Amino acid sequence: MMLAIIRPDGWNGPLLVHVGGAMALVGALVVVLALAAHGWRRGDDAAALARPTFRVLALGVLPAYVLMRAGAEWIASEEAVGDEAWVGIGYGVSEAGLLLILVATGLAWRTSRRAAGSPGRAVAVIAGVLLVAYLVAIWAMTAKPA
Amino acid sequence: MSLYEWLLFLHVLAAFLLVAGLAAYGALVLGAGGAAARRALAPPAMALWGAGGIGVLVLGVWLALQVDDYALWDPWIIAAIVLWLVASAAGGRLSSELREDRPGSTRLLLAVMALATFALLVDMVFKPGA
Repeated sequence: MMLAIIRPDGWNGPLLVHVGGAMALVGALVVVLALAAHGWRRGDDAAALARPTFRVLALGVLPAYVLMRAGAEWIASEEAVGDEAWVGIGYGVSEAGLLLILVATGLAWRTSRRAAGSPGRAVAVIAGVLLVAYLVAIWAMTAKPA
Repeated sequence: MSLYEWLLFLHVLAAFLLVAGLAAYGALVLGAGGAAARRALAPPAMALWGAGGIGVLVLGVWLALQVDDYALWDPWIIAAIVLWLVASAAGGRLSSELREDRPGSTRLLLAVMALATFALLVDMVFKPGA
């Protein structure tokens, strides 16, 4: 099988930042989902998990999002991408995702300040929706549908 | 989608699972939350790290066999397999230390896993010698 698998060396740096940021983003979101879903299912653990859930969102998910998006802008400028479908899927998921991340972070912050209760259900649902959307984005970035 | 596109998608997806497992181990070893966090994070950490690791290796070898421009003895592929072995060995030890609740060198093992995984990503992107 022969494919155009060689890309210009100048694209490697931005691609590393973009993919590394995306992997960190998804990894941190999986942690958020695990903590929030566990707190939702087991109410007795909910209070202990509220603060870690917020910290992972604030110190893991948000910085990883910035890294992923900065890498995306960098490589988009290097590649001079047009309005291909896979680029549109990437930007759409990224922008809607930021809104959901901010909502989840706000919910988790409010719960961690109260030192009681759990943001579990809402945050778990948001994290689950985000992970499904990112699965679609990963497919679009690798398969690059026309 | 062609077989190559499927393999690439699943290989990249497995890498995301691997990093998700690493993130869960990281939150477990470095984060607060005590026993509750351990109950929440230990099972997904082990499952994601294990499934991602196997998926990355099997699909990566399959990709190397599928694409004419790649060979299993290419330096960057050999480097990737060595890094995979290092990360897997550290992950196996960390997992057993956490299961047996004897936190001896968990931070060191986590650092080895993280460095090897990052080096794997750099190797996959830059493909030195390809």
